[in-house]
Amino acid sequence: MIITLPSLAMAVLLLAACSKSPWNNPYPAGEAGQNILYSSFSERPKHLDPVQSYSSNEYAILGQIYEPPLQYHYLKRPYTLEPLTAEVMPQPYYLDKQGKPVAESSAHVAFSVYDIHIKPGIRYQPHPAFATDVQGHPRYLSLGATELVQVNSLADFTQTGTRELIAADYVYQIKRLAHPKLHSPLLSFMGDYIVGLKDYPKTLKQAYAAQIKTNPANQFLDLRNYPLIGAEVVDRYTYRITLNGKYPQFVYWLAMPFFAPFPAEADQFYQQPGMAERNIVPDWYPVGTGAYMLTRNDPNREMVLERNPNFHPDFYPQQGEPGDVEHGYLKDAGKQLPFIDRIVLKLEKETIPYWNKFLQGYYDSSGIGSDSFDQAIQFGSQGDVQLTPELQAQGIQLSTTVQPTIGYTGFNMLDDVVGGYTPARQKLRQAISIAIDHEEFISIFRNGRGIGAQGPIPPDIFGHLAGKAGINPYVYEWDKDQPRRQSIRQAKQLLAEAGYPNGRDPKTGEPLIIYLDYSSGGPEDKAVFDWFRKQFAKIDLQMSVRDTDYNRFQEKMRKGTAQMFMWGWNADYPDPENFLFLLYGPNAKAKHDGENASNYDNPQFNALFDKMKNMANTPQRQAIIQQMLEITRRDAPWLWGYYPKEFVLHHEWLYNAKPNHMAHNTLKYRRLDPQLRMLKRHEWNQPRLWPIFILFVVGVVSLIPAVRAYRHKEHRPAVSSGQGVK
Amino acid sequence: MYAYIIRRVLYAIPILLGVNVLTFALFFWVNSPDDMARMHLGMKRVDQAAIVKWKQDRGYDKPMLFNPKASGIEQLTDTVFYNKTITLFAFDFGNSDDDRNINRDIQKRMWPSLAIAIPTFIIGLLFNITFAMLLAFFRATYVDIWGVISCVILMSVSGMFYIIGGQYLVSKLLHLVPISGYDHGIDAIKFLILPVTIGVISGIGAGTRWYRTIFLEEISKDYVRTARAKGLSEFRVLFRHVLKNAMIPILTGVVVVIPSLFMGSLITESFFGIPGLGSYTIDAIRQQDFSIVRAMVFLGSAMYILGLVLTDISYTLVDPRIRLE
Repeated sequence: MIITLPSLAMAVLLLAACSKSPWNNPYPAGEAGQNILYSSFSERPKHLDPVQSYSSNEYAILGQIYEPPLQYHYLKRPYTLEPLTAEVMPQPYYLDKQGKPVAESSAHVAFSVYDIHIKPGIRYQPHPAFATDVQGHPRYLSLGATELVQVNSLADFTQTGTRELIAADYVYQIKRLAHPKLHSPLLSFMGDYIVGLKDYPKTLKQAYAAQIKTNPANQFLDLRNYPLIGAEVVDRYTYRITLNGKYPQFVYWLAMPFFAPFPAEADQFYQQPGMAERNIVPDWYPVGTGAYMLTRNDPNREMVLERNPNFHPDFYPQQGEPGDVEHGYLKDAGKQLPFIDRIVLKLEKETIPYWNKFLQGYYDSSGIGSDSFDQAIQFGSQGDVQLTPELQAQGIQLSTTVQPTIGYTGFNMLDDVVGGYTPARQKLRQAISIAIDHEEFISIFRNGRGIGAQGPIPPDIFGHLAGKAGINPYVYEWDKDQPRRQSIRQAKQLLAEAGYPNGRDPKTGEPLIIYLDYSSGGPEDKAVFDWFRKQFAKIDLQMSVRDTDYNRFQEKMRKGTAQMFMWGWNADYPDPENFLFLLYGPNAKAKHDGENASNYDNPQFNALFDKMKNMANTPQRQAIIQQMLEITRRDAPWLWGYYPKEFVLHHEWLYNAKPNHMAHNTLKYRRLDPQLRMLKRHEWNQPRLWPIFILFVVGVVSLIPAVRAYRHKEHRPAVSSGQGVK
Repeated sequence: MYAYIIRRVLYAIPILLGVNVLTFALFFWVNSPDDMARMHLGMKRVDQAAIVKWKQDRGYDKPMLFNPKASGIEQLTDTVFYNKTITLFAFDFGNSDDDRNINRDIQKRMWPSLAIAIPTFIIGLLFNITFAMLLAFFRATYVDIWGVISCVILMSVSGMFYIIGGQYLVSKLLHLVPISGYDHGIDAIKFLILPVTIGVISGIGAGTRWYRTIFLEEISKDYVRTARAKGLSEFRVLFRHVLKNAMIPILTGVVVVIPSLFMGSLITESFFGIPGLGSYTIDAIRQQDFSIVRAMVFLGSAMYILGLVLTDISYTLVDPRIRLE
């Protein structure tokens, strides 16, 4: 029997009709009404090993699994650190070169020491690395090849176990930064701070080479046997980190997965022969103490996090910031976490299916892509942001926050035309800064999602000043309680003072051409280029785009041969140091391979940075930051750009969805009403069959003449009358 | 025939080697090992030491094609090209540049690709042949004229339009099937209906016109006239005689693609969230993962050659006059 497409489709539709679940429900019918959060990801996380992972999409998963000693308070703003697995916030003490205690303010501070006490009784998620046999010996830590024959994933190990989190696990993880088989992006940076970490890779490399020489099958390098001065176990629940000099921002790193615990048993388990061939590696199967554990990792389709049955007592915060009560963010104050049983993350590479599934109720929250922006958002008469009536009718809610991120257009300060620190060059850059209207850029290319930057420090970060005190006086003026970009006339005046009257070089008489180095993502970037050209034309300058592929663009940036470029920075932690270091001379990209992409190097700014970076958030620090901002605004190495604004939508059945751009473990605070969601999905997704029937009838009717013609042809005589054989 | 097959397999070796050299040259023309390391390690806080270590661990620190510092045969074997190429011929693709076993990834991802490709291929083939025969049967009538016009219209529409339009109409407006997603086993059916239907519809235009041309050519031959003269019905003439004799040109276009079916479709899989092999190569190019790129190009080339050999063999099955020597 030939199964035709329509008959197969009809059969499935009939089968679906028997189900109580909506036909277009992409999830198993049995999940309806369950306490499951549905979300998505657009690309496979590159790493899930906390020592290698360093991007926000990976942290969105790792943050639920691994628990570093500290976390960000979920509700408070500005962002505030608090203990997670630590008993209390670690308070550093200081030592001189001889190891004698000195005051924080002492000029002889050689080392900062952090003693971190962790809470007893915290247990790991169930994992085969902790499984034991009846004698109490590890069950899966010395596997032979035959035992792995039937194993294809971690779930194929039938037994699991757990154990208590101890301080040694944190120390083990710090040592893993230098593991010869791993590539931690933080190793070089932390090598300058953690005592002994710089030379530690050499120690481990030699040890590993010696071990492999004696026994090539033994890939497990037990880091417990190789002491690291800067990271040591004090007792079962206490470990000590010793840093070179002072680095007060170090506590922020203690809230990142790099400093989460990693049990030696898990390392031993994953390093057994045959595991890597089966892709059973820590980069694929994380093991932590967090609220959730990764039970399915199929990043080409879905990743599933389930409630960790061993999760320690943890409670929803009782305090927040003003407005949190009104927004309902404190309704669950004091309740035990987590609220949700399972989190299903689906791969959605394309925005259209993702957006439509959100509207159908199959995703609980969503961002807004540029192609669906007009469908979701409208601006009121006062420029206020509102949801469209359709979305309001669906009970969808909107939250907007400014991200701790800056997107900017920079000048290469090493360039012969736009670089340099003379007043003329300053004025040239200031003139361009005025001409390039970032407010217009935000309006056209970001649908209004952003605010013009007045300096490198975004809102909600110490050092950022709102209002008149915070504006960049070289580009803006204060007018009617808001910053207004200076006029083009003023920009032209600056340009003339810079030596380019009417945009022309008086020596040659030719128009000045500014080059924008760019790595375009496709034809859609042409609009951006055209816009830039228009901005430059306002002050009679010409702009040319040097569009190259990504690798060549990066090479130009590394070599310092670009002229103007577009760049951005996403905060590692909410401290002004993490933004101002982008302009610190010793971080220049061309000379020092640092993050200072514009190669800005002003000795005065550098000196103030050195002074500011180790200070607490005091008025004195604010004053120094103001001086630094004044210097950079005058020098104008960047056009300052914009701080992106995030628009997030969520359905009415999702609670406690307060955006937090620094915390990574936010899913444990979310709460759902699955019954309401089920009702709404049914209401919104009733199948409509009538067009199918109409199509079917039209098809049948249109075939009738063909069938008649066929019958006529079949019954027609081979020789018509009158044409008989003569 | 066996000698012929062995000969074709041996011919394949230099072809595959040539494809591999081209892939290697083109890839490293655009991406240097340093670029690859930066892409894999991320852009933040990565220094040169980390890049050097990454290259050493993956063998990208060696010379590309010729090692002047080595001696003897090692001048050729102690190179990136040799080390990344030789195991391919045993279909051992090794690890990707982010340390995942490529063979296992391919084995896992080929099934969803096949789940779409096989029904689309079979249903599309049956539908197109049937429709083409229908047009041939009603040649020069309104059915043929409007059928050909419809085919041209169907051919002129972008594949992306079918996907987005289909999702909008069937899933968003009519709520009949999920917009995207995938599941295993019987649960996969509801996710496959739409992509398979769209795959079939988008292929109707070109497929039907191609087969119609073949059938019309056959219909004008003498044996068809003889069959008619014997009083056979037009249905029997078409399906018993014309179809059988039109199999050689049909097989030329059909059998060659069969081995490549599991390679998947990038756009379809991407829009429908199918975890197949379609996006594997593109993702690898985007992530500058040479190990995956060379493995997939090699596999694609090998499958194409296999398809050509199978096509030749299939000729002997449908036409007794053909012998492979």
